[in-house]
Amino acid sequence: MNIIYMLLAISVFVALIFFVLFIFSVKKGQYDDTYTPSVRMLFEDELVKEKDKNQRKTSKEEITNPHK
Amino acid sequence: MVNCFHCGDACLDVEIQHAEKSFCCHGCKTVFDILHDNDLSYYYDLEKTPGISPKEIAGKYDFLDNAAIVDKLLEFNDGNIGIVSFTIPAIHCSSCIWILENLNKLNPSVKSSQVNFPEKSVRITFSSEENSLKNLVLLLSRIGYEPYISLEDSERKEKSINRSLIYKLGIAGFAFGNIMFLSFPEYFEHSEFWLDQFKPFFRWLMFAFSLPVVFYSGSGYFTSAYKGLRSKILNIDVPIALGIAVLFIRSTIDIMMDLGTGFFDSLSGLVFFLLLGKFFQQKTYSYLSFERDYKSYFPIAVTRLFKNAEGKTIEEQAEVYNVKKGDRLLIRNNEILSVDAILIKGNALIDYSFVTGEAEPISKISGDKLFAGGKQQAGILEVEVLKPVAQSYLTQLWSNDVFSKDKTGAFENITDAISKRFTIVLLSIAFVATIFWLVVDPSIAFNVFTSVLIVACPCAIALAAPFTLGNVLRIFGREKLYLKEASVIEQMAKLDTVVFDKTGTLTTNQKNMITYEGIALSAEENKLLTSTLRASGHPLSRSLYSMLEKNDIQTLDDFEEEVGKGMSATFNQNSIKVGSFDFVGANSEATFELKNRTTVHISTNKIYKGCYIFNSEYRNGVAEIFEQLGSDKEVIVLSGDNEGERERLETLLPKGTKLYFNQKPDDKLNFIKTLQQKGKKVLMIGDGLNDAGALKQSDVGFVVSENTNVFSPACDGILDAAQFKKIGDYLNFSKSGVRIIKWAFLLSLFYNLIGLSFAVTGHLKPVVAAILMPLSSISIVVFTTIATQYIGKKLRMDINKQR
Repeated sequence: MNIIYMLLAISVFVALIFFVLFIFSVKKGQYDDTYTPSVRMLFEDELVKEKDKNQRKTSKEEITNPHK
Repeated sequence: MVNCFHCGDACLDVEIQHAEKSFCCHGCKTVFDILHDNDLSYYYDLEKTPGISPKEIAGKYDFLDNAAIVDKLLEFNDGNIGIVSFTIPAIHCSSCIWILENLNKLNPSVKSSQVNFPEKSVRITFSSEENSLKNLVLLLSRIGYEPYISLEDSERKEKSINRSLIYKLGIAGFAFGNIMFLSFPEYFEHSEFWLDQFKPFFRWLMFAFSLPVVFYSGSGYFTSAYKGLRSKILNIDVPIALGIAVLFIRSTIDIMMDLGTGFFDSLSGLVFFLLLGKFFQQKTYSYLSFERDYKSYFPIAVTRLFKNAEGKTIEEQAEVYNVKKGDRLLIRNNEILSVDAILIKGNALIDYSFVTGEAEPISKISGDKLFAGGKQQAGILEVEVLKPVAQSYLTQLWSNDVFSKDKTGAFENITDAISKRFTIVLLSIAFVATIFWLVVDPSIAFNVFTSVLIVACPCAIALAAPFTLGNVLRIFGREKLYLKEASVIEQMAKLDTVVFDKTGTLTTNQKNMITYEGIALSAEENKLLTSTLRASGHPLSRSLYSMLEKNDIQTLDDFEEEVGKGMSATFNQNSIKVGSFDFVGANSEATFELKNRTTVHISTNKIYKGCYIFNSEYRNGVAEIFEQLGSDKEVIVLSGDNEGERERLETLLPKGTKLYFNQKPDDKLNFIKTLQQKGKKVLMIGDGLNDAGALKQSDVGFVVSENTNVFSPACDGILDAAQFKKIGDYLNFSKSGVRIIKWAFLLSLFYNLIGLSFAVTGHLKPVVAAILMPLSSISIVVFTTIATQYIGKKLRMDINKQR
């Protein structure tokens, strides 16, 4: 029955891992903006498609530096 | 009517056909081209007509050539990589997010960009080697997402978001869950071999878990209680801190002496629920700011003119703070004047709507004094500075003491009011019971004393207000009254005086009521008038034009506009003059004068005809609001304007409404102060920067806003102008909210009585506390939520009925 020390140690350890992950995600600002990511994740597929036909008609120079 | 493919606006005057699509202006078409040519037309697939037509920006961002200013704006720069955050008010849909996060397709120097939609901001990492900040701003402006850069940005402090409440809540929740599991076995089994074997281990583990709960999560209650006691106030945190301390000490003694399991689960549960209440009470509208002052309106830099050694005039971009008295400044079209100045050259047409809410711009001629806060609307000006930014007529207001005081915490909230009596009663019960048991059975006296303090810990009372107010705050948010924080609701319930600003608050700056006085115009003359007005860009012409019937627009034979005076036009031998009285009626006998009114005069073929008078339009239901509020409150109108509108207001508003005119920003502030000194609780409803002092001084200050995306001065709440006539209902609603809190207090006192009956008889077992405490907390949460939702529904029904 002494196995319970081990089991408890493991369970507390696992719980602590998740807890530390939670603290880190808060610290990194993951919960500061909860709306934008939900919209952003819907873009992903379309983006890949866009990259396939990566042809440009106007030169980039014109857009970056129109005064030239 | 065709709508623009880019921005969705109706194509009124012109319709540009391009790529089989219609555009309302060249700006929109250009944005479409830029996006289309860069394979970004997915922008238009995400949302229909997502675009914003770009504004004229020539020269506006020249100040970004100044390295010192750029340095202040950049969050990070090592000469290689630069990071900058912009607020972009135009962000409004998922297309906006997409295009702004794909900026690197438009400009490869952009490394990454990330939008924060609720804050309407974008954070851009770019190669500062390849590109300048100015180019980046121009790029954004060109596709319609012009960043908002103001004086405030130049003194950006390190943004430190206080997340400690989330940490504390997380730790308390974590510990609460674990301790509950560890304490369960002992509740179910009494004397079981293995359980007895591991009991001490379980208990010390619980003790370990409870340490961060008491010393980190609960630390706020101790400091608050200490502060309260020091200033001789028995706030609600005093009994809570006492409860936490007693719970912890008693439990520790219990497990040390092997007397029982202790109350660690109740302890961590208590702290967890309390923090949950605090968390719930916070509801932030991240795109609204309640702390703005003049700095968020003023530009960061101005164009300074000076003569060099050879006598040539040179333009220079200078920081606003470096501008001194006597400097010559160049003010561009649509630039906000940041100093008090004398007009030297150019035609000034100053829009003071930021300051006063007055929609009609005012013409000034050279030699006139211009005040800070006005926005030039007609071309370039040259001015000489009279007073620099910090000393201007407008900004002086912010040097008043009231702006350095923190309004919150200045009053006793409803929870603290009840906690005073509660704490005294609680302590006396504890002592009486202890003394009783010391006589009868001294062995359990300590037990009883601690039990009373534990079970009576006012967790439920402390939760009643946060949950009720949190719910009410959300209901208000749904009804478009955005409050700064929950404590405002308590203040709202106590108000007995309502002070309105006039211009921009009672009146709307969206539309004008225009009336004509004089000799009626013939059909021919009317045609000529509309054609003339159409050719003019003056704001008054625009609003008059949009009101008049438009038929048969003719191309004029001759058209001439004299800025600041008026315009003359001819067509088919008919001539017309439109503009100021001096300009139009100079050679007529008529002596027509309307004081203090905005007018447009007309003469045809050199004969004076009459004038259009612009009356400010009052919001719908102004009279009803005054009627409703007047029934139990004093209602006052405080206007910065002259008395021109007095008669109209007197007929419009119920008799006996007090009207005050010619009130300067300082006067408004002092007026409110005087009312408060008479013991009144004042609600100030205003809109412009000139109300900022009064809004801050008042017990509750609301800003009426036509568009909540537009910045409003510092206040306690922002009210959507469409909901203006519901103010009375909202005030009543806050009263219902406070009534719910009082009912919740009764309910929690009932739980306390049950708990106390266990405690004073010495029967409080950990399991009883562990059941009673969460039960009382949860039932308070459920009660307040149901009750607020119920009255919220009633509010909504009332509002719908009025429609």
